[in-house]
Amino acid sequence: MSTQNPNLTYNYKVVRQFAIMTVVWGIVGMALGVLIAAQLVWPSLNLDLPFTHFGRLRPLHTNAVIFGFGGSALFATSYYVVQRTCQTRLISDKLAAFTFWGWTAIIISAAITLPMGLTSTKEYAELEWPIDIAIAVVWVVYALVFFGTITKRSTSHIYVANWFYGAFIITIAVLHIGNNLALPVSAFKSYSAYAGVTDAMMQWWYGHNAVGFFLTAGFLGMMYYFVPKQAGRPVYSYRLSIVHFWALIATYVWAGGHHLHYSALPDWAQTASMVMSLILLAPSWGGMINGMMTLSGAWHKLRTDPILRFLVVSLSFYGMSTFEGPMMSIKTVNALSHNTDWTVGHVHSGALGWVAMISIGAIYHLIPKVWGLKEMYSVSLINVHFWLATVGTVLYIVAMWVNGIMQGLMWRAVNEDGTLTYSFVEALEASYPGYFVRFLGGVIFLSGMLFMAYNVYMTVRQKEAVAQDNAAIQAA
Amino acid sequence: MSTFWSIWVTVIVLGTVFGCAWLLFATRKSQTTEVETDRTMGHSFDGIEEYDNPLPKWWFYLFVATCIFALGYLALYPGLGNYKGLLGWTSANQWEKEVAAADEQYGPIYAQYGQTPVPELAKDEDALKIGQRLFANNCSVCHGSAARGQVGFPNLTDGDWLWGGTPEAILQTLHNGRMGNMPAKGVMPNMTNEQVDQVVNYVLSFSGREIDAAAATAGQAVFAQACVACHGPEGKGMTALGAPNLTDNVWLYGSNYEWIRETVLHGRQNEMPAQGGRLSDDQIQILAAYVYSLSN
Repeated sequence: MSTQNPNLTYNYKVVRQFAIMTVVWGIVGMALGVLIAAQLVWPSLNLDLPFTHFGRLRPLHTNAVIFGFGGSALFATSYYVVQRTCQTRLISDKLAAFTFWGWTAIIISAAITLPMGLTSTKEYAELEWPIDIAIAVVWVVYALVFFGTITKRSTSHIYVANWFYGAFIITIAVLHIGNNLALPVSAFKSYSAYAGVTDAMMQWWYGHNAVGFFLTAGFLGMMYYFVPKQAGRPVYSYRLSIVHFWALIATYVWAGGHHLHYSALPDWAQTASMVMSLILLAPSWGGMINGMMTLSGAWHKLRTDPILRFLVVSLSFYGMSTFEGPMMSIKTVNALSHNTDWTVGHVHSGALGWVAMISIGAIYHLIPKVWGLKEMYSVSLINVHFWLATVGTVLYIVAMWVNGIMQGLMWRAVNEDGTLTYSFVEALEASYPGYFVRFLGGVIFLSGMLFMAYNVYMTVRQKEAVAQDNAAIQAA
Repeated sequence: MSTFWSIWVTVIVLGTVFGCAWLLFATRKSQTTEVETDRTMGHSFDGIEEYDNPLPKWWFYLFVATCIFALGYLALYPGLGNYKGLLGWTSANQWEKEVAAADEQYGPIYAQYGQTPVPELAKDEDALKIGQRLFANNCSVCHGSAARGQVGFPNLTDGDWLWGGTPEAILQTLHNGRMGNMPAKGVMPNMTNEQVDQVVNYVLSFSGREIDAAAATAGQAVFAQACVACHGPEGKGMTALGAPNLTDNVWLYGSNYEWIRETVLHGRQNEMPAQGGRLSDDQIQILAAYVYSLSN
């Protein structure tokens, strides 16, 4: 790298902060997930208190894992990647620090307001209007820092990872502001600006793109840096990254309507969202192929490198859930899967298998780098974490597939006189074994996160660990 | 939708599909090689290079196939603004067809019982089996699968009826539903808190459960003013209004002192939803027989 400036230093402080909070929110969010999974098996764990009721803790779980864990991972890695691939320091340390403290305050306020029952009731957008405004402000500052850093890059091109991070930042701003427009009636109560089916369509335009841009495009940005970096191989195909990037962002924004099949949403919107969801298969797989094929010539590294295992397995789960998603968007399949645990399983094969695993791999990669160390405290503990995460995810998904398909079939089964064969409660009773296996999978996945916390703690307290704002001297 | 929006929708839907296809073909056309090589794009980012490899063929064809499927589907089904699609499919007419098919298949099963009087039908084992299934599907959510009810939802097995337990009354309840309304403090809006306690004691005295005998005695006068219009001078209720019998120690909203006091103080509203229109007349006949059979 001839352009490297030996005096260049990077802002790693904000990366370190977000990296630590990734682990913290990961444990908090997943522990909440395990708790509410346990509540579905043993309802008395609701404790008969409003604050600990499933209905209030479920949105706290989703907010903590998506925005706390996933969000912190995206901030940490995007700040790390944009600096290293643009060969320049973040445009403003103060603004970057503002995004860290602002974002962390937002997640803490979610942890306070949601158990109190303060909610706008929109899925993945439950936070009330003052917090929504705070999110918008922090997000705009994030955009300033990210794009400002890109404008002062010392490389000629913008690396593909930054396209994905950039698309994610812009689109989330539009989605967040669009969906959360509301009329406040008091400090913590507001009503959506939209009514009826328009509100539902806005919600799922937002909701599905929280998946498409927050949980996919952002993490593809992560993939495009950490997979080739960890494998030490060039990215498989630049052309493929162009096609799948543009096709992905063009079709994802259409897909939300498939959450509203057979509803009051006009038929044309249902049809359009279904065909776009199907077209989405190839652009999604483009990312998986580019990640997987980058490993060709480096497959042997999987034997010794558990971080690479995390990254590769995350891509497998990504490929699987982006095949499953288009299939579930087909109206006839959706008629069976809708409202069942299949949807929950699908989300978690993406959330645990793809989002969490790639984040965990990326964090294991960058933690030693930003503390000036050669590697994590214990590579074998990473390996333990890898197996716990994989087994936990598989148990979770399989339990929900079995439950979901069983529920779908039980709900539609009819007797010879046309009456329903099973009552809702019978389908619920039949779901208990699956709920227990799901709980077990969650416990196993969470225990892996505790290994990670220990490993990270032991890494950063090693006596040669130096929190440093310097990278150019490290081997590229 | 208006012509403008119809055109707008058509243009952006087709624009997205064709845009994807154009991107795909244009990128493929610019490929310099059909096979994987070691040639990179010539730039490096933090040590990461990118190969100038072609699009994988199978992936290219997968993408083309989904675009073709999308266009075919959009020709057959409504997706382009006001265009109806060649099949004329709508989600509403799919539902109507499914309902019509179900009526044709299952209608005769119910029709064979529809004309039989309820008391007679209540002795027909086959009809009762169907009735039980209809009950499980449509009634058990509120009344419970054993029809024993819960707070706010009457027990249908105890022979105690708010609106009457004759076959005619049950049919009427099922067809048209019932709206129960106990006004707060009966018809005596200025009832004091002391009087509320008195009347509760008096009501409890019908079943020998008064707590304060003096208050119960005082409550008789309050009852005469506030309650007799519906519950009658002896508190036996009136099925025409759905006013419960207060002397039989059967309580819809709980039997303890505090809950009865709550009822007097704030009143109660309740609704049994009408099933006419949701279920066919034949089905309601069978359901009435099943409900009748529970206490006869």
